[in-house]
Amino acid sequence: MTSVTDTASSHEHDEHHHGPAKGLMRWVLTTNHKDIGSMYLWFSFIMFLTGGAMAMIIRAELFQPGLQIVEPAFFNQMTTMHGLIMVFGAVMPAFVGLANWMIPMMIGAPDMAMPRMNNWSFWILPFAAVMLVSTLFMEGGGPNFGWTFYAPLSTDYAPPSTTFFIFAIHMLGVSSIMGAINIIATILNLRAPGMTMMKMPLFVWTWLITAYLLIAVMPVLAGAVTMMLMDIHFGTSFFNAGGGGDPVLFQHIFWFFGHPEVYIMILPSFGIVSAIIPAFARKHLFGYTSMVYATASIAFLSFIVWAHHMFTVGIPLIGELFFMYATMLIAVPTGVKVFNWVTTMFRGSMTFETPMLFSTAFVVLFTIGGFSGLMLSIAPADFQYHDTYFVVAHFHYVLVPGAIFAIFAACYYWLPKWTGHMYDETLAKVHFWMSFIGMNLTFFPMHFVGLAGMPRRIPDYALQFANFNEISSIGGFLFGTTQLLFLFIVIKCIRGGEKAEAKPWEGAEGLEWSVPSPAPYHTFTTPPDVK
Amino acid sequence: MATEGTYYVPAQSKWPIIASIGLFLTLLGAGMMMNDMTAGVKDSSAHYVFYAGGLIMAWMLFGWFGNVIQESRAGLYSAQMDRTFRWGMFWFIFSEVMFFAALFGTLFYVRVLAVPWLAGEGDGAMTHEMLWPNFIADWPLMVNPDNDLFVGAADVVDPFHLPLLNTLLLVASSITLTLAHHALRANDRYKIKLWLIITLILGTAFLFFQVEEYIEAYNELGLTLSAGIYGSTFFLLTGFHGAHVTLGAIMLAVMLVRVYQGHFEADNHFAFEAASWYWHFVDVVWVGLFIFVYLV
Repeated sequence: MTSVTDTASSHEHDEHHHGPAKGLMRWVLTTNHKDIGSMYLWFSFIMFLTGGAMAMIIRAELFQPGLQIVEPAFFNQMTTMHGLIMVFGAVMPAFVGLANWMIPMMIGAPDMAMPRMNNWSFWILPFAAVMLVSTLFMEGGGPNFGWTFYAPLSTDYAPPSTTFFIFAIHMLGVSSIMGAINIIATILNLRAPGMTMMKMPLFVWTWLITAYLLIAVMPVLAGAVTMMLMDIHFGTSFFNAGGGGDPVLFQHIFWFFGHPEVYIMILPSFGIVSAIIPAFARKHLFGYTSMVYATASIAFLSFIVWAHHMFTVGIPLIGELFFMYATMLIAVPTGVKVFNWVTTMFRGSMTFETPMLFSTAFVVLFTIGGFSGLMLSIAPADFQYHDTYFVVAHFHYVLVPGAIFAIFAACYYWLPKWTGHMYDETLAKVHFWMSFIGMNLTFFPMHFVGLAGMPRRIPDYALQFANFNEISSIGGFLFGTTQLLFLFIVIKCIRGGEKAEAKPWEGAEGLEWSVPSPAPYHTFTTPPDVK
Repeated sequence: MATEGTYYVPAQSKWPIIASIGLFLTLLGAGMMMNDMTAGVKDSSAHYVFYAGGLIMAWMLFGWFGNVIQESRAGLYSAQMDRTFRWGMFWFIFSEVMFFAALFGTLFYVRVLAVPWLAGEGDGAMTHEMLWPNFIADWPLMVNPDNDLFVGAADVVDPFHLPLLNTLLLVASSITLTLAHHALRANDRYKIKLWLIITLILGTAFLFFQVEEYIEAYNELGLTLSAGIYGSTFFLLTGFHGAHVTLGAIMLAVMLVRVYQGHFEADNHFAFEAASWYWHFVDVVWVGLFIFVYLV
């Protein structure tokens, strides 16, 4: 069995059989999953720094009480754009980049199922990012209503640039849906002979379920922003009670998208740590089957818990109760996962290279974020916590040491495979510890100020919160600058370093380690036999 | 001819980047047009950006699908590739299902919850008292809570006039399309063309009557986009459905051209099947629309 890598009729691309084309156009015209994966990851990192710079502005303003650095209107644009860029520009593209690089190699496929569409999914992103960021320079400023863009703040009271924000969201949605269709088709159709579903690495499983979530909810987001667009420009009243509509309807539609969306940003992380922890504990993953079912259960539950974001908006008591209990149920499959990771480590021969450090921190800190989520799920308690810094602390604990740490872990784990070189372990450990300390310094005090009542998305605060905010800001600056070190480590690793073996990690499992490092431009043109 | 297990990985392609530029310009132009319209800007040149984007998109679709058709006819695609296309189309239609689910969800939420709450039902007693004490819940909602800002419609579309006719047209078109598919499987080229042309005529007639209905709604019934939530949901659902019928009809027209070009074999014609899946999907959506938007 072989794969045809070119049309029979066109010979001008003959070099394609052997390796990458030369020059800039290699990246623009490519159909290679590794090229596209790299572009996704670089794009994600640029967005991470952009959104991070905005976070630095937020933390600088909040360093002291009172208004000192930016106008309140600009502060609002910063919180909004920071959230949007991190969600749609940094975290999601990073996972798609990892999927592109790893899934074909993990299942023994020659490439993604639809390589040209794959490149289109990527190339939409820079254009969408330009459109989104350009709103900041338009008359009336950029979106200023928070990343959740609740109506009527995002309709009646929104700046004119909101129109372009809406179209940027549409473009990101088109990209995500096409990317997800590609990933599902690849996983369902391109597995090597013998690679049954229940033999797939968990990263592949979690991505299969994530892709399903993406296809299910990105169109719902498209519906929400389309109705916003109609309300703004065409006189409809979807979110205007004067015409019989309802602003709360916006929140329902948004969170029907939004809650699965937060699992879209965490399920691939589960897959990553489920690969790394066994590798460095030198044991097989404990409870593989239960991991698959737990992931599927979390995905199912994500569709029936959305209104826990809306406990204080005024929904019927029966709704509060249903969404409270349904939300608490999520702790069960999540608990199964944490139990399995810990049990995998139990009595393993563990070593703590950087990927393992990030993964271990993931398990501990994500669990903290999970527990604060459990606190927030209690409807009567949420009345107190709602829209305070406690919520900010909660979701940053699941997103920073959850999604972002898992992405770092994945980068360190697979960098030898991508570049053919080992990264600088000492510097990487410095990166880990500075990130770990910086992140906890930033977000842990937010629990306290939140419980004491400090509201989110406000550029000023009462004097009593000053000390904790100062600590948060120092932590934020530490975490932010540390990420430049990560950039340095990655560039250093690409340019040289100790040669990596095909399988640089003693306990690693999976097909990706059966090909040389760096992985050849085309892998598995002949599918391997999986036993 | 490709054999089982040979998976075609295409060479470099210019279409993805052209598609990205086209999509960007189309949406940028659309956004500029809308902002200029709402701001009341005279002699806006935004539509040039929009048309430029649209032309690039059309060129891209023509070129990209042209490539795929060439590769398919050159025998580069295996049975495995055929399954990729099937999964791709299936999940694309699923994404469309979820899009319409959001729109139908909006309709149900408004009818069952939001409008009754505004009239004081459930926990809405104080809302009703404080905001619009004279508001009465009704569906179709003819008198809006703030009827000066959103002037309600005078009447709604009679479901047993054009909508019923349109239902018959679309259901019939699904049947004729299936007949065309059967003819394709029997390799009866004459009948494929015949049934496909009839399907297209039925689809076009549907769109024609839909436009008629819109003109009637605007000119005679006062049923407009700004007639409150009934008008909003009515045009949102029927409008997006109409756009999908248009897209489906374009797909079928391309299939007709390809049949005339001698494309498709009795056992190898997924493009045709994909177009017909899509057509049946918009048909099913219409049945839902007819029941929930027009009838009940």
